[in-house]
Amino acid sequence: MTTTSSPTTPAGRPKQRPGDRVFAGSAKGAGILILVILAGVAAFLVTESLPALTAPADEIPGGEGLIAYVAPLIFGTLLAAALAILVATPLGVAIALFITNYAPRRLAQVLGYLVDLLVAIPSIVYGFWGIYWLAPKLVPLFQWLEQHLGFIPLFAGPASATGRTMFTAGLVLAVMILPIVSAISREVFLQVPALHREAALALGATRWEMIRMAVLPYGKSGIIGGAMLGLGRALGETLAIALVLSVSGGITFNLIGTGNPSTIAANIALQFPESTGIDVNTLIASGLALFVITLAVNVLARWVVNRRADFSGAN
Amino acid sequence: MSTRTPPAPAAPTSAPPATSTAASRPKLPRWAPWAVFAAAAVAAFLVGRLTSPNLALLVIYTVVLGTVVLYVVSRVVEGPRKATDRLVTSVVYSAFGIAMVPLLSLVYEVTRRGAERLDGEFLNSSLVGITGEGGGAYHAIMGTLIITALTTLISVPIGLLTAIYLVEYGNGRLKKAITFLVDVMTGIPSIVAGLFAYALFALFLGPGIRLGIAGAVALSVLMIPVVVRSAEEVLKLVPNELREAAYALGVPRWRTIVKVVLPTAVAGLGAGITLAIARVIGETAPLLITVGITNATNLDPFDSRMATLPVYAYYQLTQPGVPPEFAIDRAWTAALILIILVMGLNVVARLISRFFAPKNSR
Repeated sequence: MTTTSSPTTPAGRPKQRPGDRVFAGSAKGAGILILVILAGVAAFLVTESLPALTAPADEIPGGEGLIAYVAPLIFGTLLAAALAILVATPLGVAIALFITNYAPRRLAQVLGYLVDLLVAIPSIVYGFWGIYWLAPKLVPLFQWLEQHLGFIPLFAGPASATGRTMFTAGLVLAVMILPIVSAISREVFLQVPALHREAALALGATRWEMIRMAVLPYGKSGIIGGAMLGLGRALGETLAIALVLSVSGGITFNLIGTGNPSTIAANIALQFPESTGIDVNTLIASGLALFVITLAVNVLARWVVNRRADFSGAN
Repeated sequence: MSTRTPPAPAAPTSAPPATSTAASRPKLPRWAPWAVFAAAAVAAFLVGRLTSPNLALLVIYTVVLGTVVLYVVSRVVEGPRKATDRLVTSVVYSAFGIAMVPLLSLVYEVTRRGAERLDGEFLNSSLVGITGEGGGAYHAIMGTLIITALTTLISVPIGLLTAIYLVEYGNGRLKKAITFLVDVMTGIPSIVAGLFAYALFALFLGPGIRLGIAGAVALSVLMIPVVVRSAEEVLKLVPNELREAAYALGVPRWRTIVKVVLPTAVAGLGAGITLAIARVIGETAPLLITVGITNATNLDPFDSRMATLPVYAYYQLTQPGVPPEFAIDRAWTAALILIILVMGLNVVARLISRFFAPKNSR
């Protein structure tokens, strides 16, 4: 915050040079441009989706109005993201713990870098991997689930023969957001004061008791914030889902069946290239809904993460 | 120091008093976990041979069996607290192992399938007149390079200046607002950025527009916040003494920034920008919407559709035509080139930050 308190103030007003004015002006301008861009994103999305918002119901694809069109998509988006976060949060926290508390010090950095590489891989490649590697390997699992746990609505089946189900999509998403969750948890775990940890160990705690008493309580808001940032990314993820999920509309909780609801982002990617007229506006309207949802999640996540700074007390 | 201190030693509730302190009970030897897991592996292998030869299943059996046996043995010999600790250790190690599975299998799978068509023809020809075998991605590679270069040209000045504003000039409300909005911008879904760029250009140039420059604008929306974030972190690291020394010599503020602050931070800035490029070069969704796809080579981003590697890979896989196998091979090779580009940029970023780091600082 106060890295550069102005050094020239005490001796009265400094001489304003034209170079200074130009440079300061353009720096400020760039900052303001960011505000403009963000406002522009919202404004253009609203303008372009207005025709769909005001159109009569039968002109919207599906013929039952905008809400009936978007509702299954929102459901699919939330379901896929929820699955991803359910898988990725415990796994991400465990990985962060492994790197900060279990792995040998020298190895830890390299391992952390390996996990970070998962972020770098483009989402379309995850889609390829999901279809050709993961999905076929999950088919036997789906059949087993249908046979033995079919009484639970989630696994009602009939099991998909291609493996391109909501379950698979959720797993692919989980892999994609894993690095985010683990990176943020890792950062917080590293900030746990050494004194807290050493105190716990000195009192005879085992490593797990030390983690439970000193590390996890301290890092709780980091875990929650990281999970929510991951959620934000999972909600907006497009191509991995568009490729992996075999879509046939409709709201269903059946995770391993052949009929899956699409997600907003995947639906846009699949439909947009072939759409014209009011269809485009409808898709942009659904994009606006996605924008609002991710915005809310991200703002909340930032708030949770930043709140930690206020009460962390250690610094 | 008013924060939560760890609870008093009485916390381990399940332990009976006095008797179960770690010191008073026998301990398993150090090699015990290894021995248990080795035995579990042998057992899983022997039993698994009869039922299924699947290697992945055998590994899973080994881990589960080993964990359970170790827990039971440790609980009997060392008591419940130690046993829980060992259980958690196993779980944490396996969690890390699980996370490595997708990374390794993905890199292996893409390399194996992609290497088939990674040849001169792929790099040097486009898809004009290709229906089956042959053809390449020259047009897509060039398109990706052009659009990424344009994106960098747009994003780096804006991002860098914003970071300079935040660190060197900013104060009060505006700084807070910009910091917050950059955070928000980081979370914009890539497809929404694409829709924004499409809506922007469609408003002026009519609906159905597809332009390379629109793709660059969409990618810039994604890249700017990344540049700002990383540049801000790096500029904050520049010691204040350097700035004050320059001011004391009567150097104007802007020259201090250009001649002192930026050169000091150049390694970090270079690495940050390279990573930001790596982040957007593989983006598919916004380009799918704004740039479209074409089979011919189009190098002019201000004129109609262009091909880009990710979108090329997407269409080759989803609309392979007949017979499909040639297009699918091309898709995998395109994916492989993408991964090579991204990983290469990551390595370059590491090298930049290593070799351009300021000498003898601190």
